[in-house]
Amino acid sequence: MKKKIALLLVAAMTVSSLVACGSSAAEEPAAATEEAPAEDAAPAEDASAEEEEPAEDAAPAADGEVVTVGFAQVGHESDWRAANTKNYQDTFSAENGYELSFVDCDNDHAVQIETVRGFIEQELDYICIAPIQSAGWDTVLQEAQDAGIPVLIVDRAVDADESLYTTALGCDMIAEGEAAGNWLTEYLDGADANILVIEGSVGASATLGRTEGFNNIVAKNSNWTVLDSQSGDFTQAGGQEVMESFIKTYGAGNFNVVVCQNDNEAYGAMDAMDAAGITYGVDGDVQIISFDATHDGLQYTLDGKITCNVECNPLQAGFAEQVIKKLEAGEEVDKWTLVEDSAFVAPGIESQYATTMSQEVLDGRAY
Amino acid sequence: MDKIKKITKMKLFLPIFSMILVMMINVVYDIATGNAPLSFFSISINNGILYGRLIDVLNRGSEVAILAIGMTLVVSASAGTDISVGSVMSLSGGLCCMLLAGYGVTNVDQYNVPLWVGMLAGIAIACVCGLFNGFLVAYMNIQPMVATLILWSAGRAIGLLLCNSNIVYVRVPSFQFFGAYCGIIPTPIIIAAVCVAIASIVLKTTALGTYIQSVGINKKASRISGFNSAKIILLCYVICGLCAGISGLVATCRIYSADTNNIGLNMELDAILAVALGGNSLGGGKFNLAGSIIGAYTIQAITTTLYALGVSSAQAPVFKAIVVILIVVIQSQPVKDYFKKLSSKKAAAKEAVQA
Repeated sequence: MKKKIALLLVAAMTVSSLVACGSSAAEEPAAATEEAPAEDAAPAEDASAEEEEPAEDAAPAADGEVVTVGFAQVGHESDWRAANTKNYQDTFSAENGYELSFVDCDNDHAVQIETVRGFIEQELDYICIAPIQSAGWDTVLQEAQDAGIPVLIVDRAVDADESLYTTALGCDMIAEGEAAGNWLTEYLDGADANILVIEGSVGASATLGRTEGFNNIVAKNSNWTVLDSQSGDFTQAGGQEVMESFIKTYGAGNFNVVVCQNDNEAYGAMDAMDAAGITYGVDGDVQIISFDATHDGLQYTLDGKITCNVECNPLQAGFAEQVIKKLEAGEEVDKWTLVEDSAFVAPGIESQYATTMSQEVLDGRAY
Repeated sequence: MDKIKKITKMKLFLPIFSMILVMMINVVYDIATGNAPLSFFSISINNGILYGRLIDVLNRGSEVAILAIGMTLVVSASAGTDISVGSVMSLSGGLCCMLLAGYGVTNVDQYNVPLWVGMLAGIAIACVCGLFNGFLVAYMNIQPMVATLILWSAGRAIGLLLCNSNIVYVRVPSFQFFGAYCGIIPTPIIIAAVCVAIASIVLKTTALGTYIQSVGINKKASRISGFNSAKIILLCYVICGLCAGISGLVATCRIYSADTNNIGLNMELDAILAVALGGNSLGGGKFNLAGSIIGAYTIQAITTTLYALGVSSAQAPVFKAIVVILIVVIQSQPVKDYFKKLSSKKAAAKEAVQA
């Protein structure tokens, strides 16, 4: 009798997990490319069978089986994010022995928390979170810890006690802001700077870090003034609207540096300056500093329009995979893994802080 | 004295008064900082195009103004709001760019299909969305907010599917034209003006406006007196969808790309607020289209003012909220009654003196 009930349970679970797979595939086009549902069936059955026997629960997937990884992605607000998502999907592929549950949280904090809860309920082996907000994670991280699932905080930071997650990895946003500032110090070589800043979304760790890092360098240069700093929400439309207003407030010719905290904002700022007849770029009156260094952004750097573009490397999945491999092998991992960044400057500029852009550099990029 | 009374009694007095109040903040700020007091209102031609904060307000407010047309009708006829408009904007922009660029392509500098096919498809899908919302509300008797909640969440998601979760760039000048400049005037201003003109002409010259209001005031009574109430409500939702489609294309052309994740984000709230700021009751019935349009530009005036004042982006929402509360309170019934009482007391006192 017990066996029959267990069998029924297994069947029900298999069906429900298949249904879950199906629905998530319908919602998320990217997820559909991972695996066909038919291939899904076998591991799903195995997993649910395992759940029936507590003895095997202790070491899930340790015996060369598929490692299940859940990834709660921020959204797809920019090209950078798309490159980041694709990198995870390529790295944690079925060929490499992973089963990636990818959820695009569409910039909704509540959805992301629910997604992570879903991962915990599905008893995945590892959970990667790219937090939309830094605050409000304590409860759900505690739940993951109670369930014994290692959590990797990727890309952005969380305001939670270190003990609540296994490891964090990502770019150091403050270092990026400082890199931009250091380059500008070198480039201006003592000249005055009147700076306008188009910030990212309010409260995002990229915004906070890049602002803090850049301001650290501003403080060291007494002849630099930050005229104004407004949020463009990391979007092109936002960057354009803020820049339009800046031009009206300060007037053409009264500023010579525009710092945009991502590439999309820089495109908008360029549109606004085009409309107002302000010249920018290496040969222009205004130097644009941008962050993210997406393919399009670097193309503008190559064309000499964005003078300096600081990269936050989106190809982070390799670093995440290394951490997971270490954990699989039972090794200790560091609390913080730094993803290396770099900066690019327009052709004709030599800098000790940045690579000079060329067609070869652009072609050699992975995204 | 009588003249002032006449003006204050006009339906549009309070919405216009609120907008002027918002703009006055700039005058006060400019005087305080030693700038020319009317610099907010100055318009010049710079680099061959109109240039000035007022132009920014009109330009950036276009999307919400177009949305406000449809939203006003929906609110009037069904006593509910269409919260899907922001998502529908994103969907129409996404479909348009997907067709123009070809599926899966993220960056083109020539069209895959003719421009009009993409534009028409974008507007058509928005009308279909309106039809869907209208059907649920008018024929299935589902509450408007619940019915439109479906597309509120699904519309954007479908747009993302169409664009393969990418930002699709269409870098063709004739596409950018609709978000840039037509001669010296920003094209979105012209598009918004044309939409408002068509809507007001249709409402003035036909009985549609009266039908919508009568359905909104009493659906049953209107049906008994011979109107097809359900059909009128359906029509309002289709118009609302059409407006969302046009507005979405304007937003898309502005950045010559389908940023499906951000286009029209939270714009349904601005559209509803525009209707409310225009002095319309969200309980349906009588409506005032001009009020809603003024409301839409008032919202943009607040945003532009906050930029001009250099309020930090973290504090901006609080300032916006305070201004909105003030405007809504000024227009509320108790405050109106209080002023009425005050003026009638004055009149009574005057009469007493004369007697």
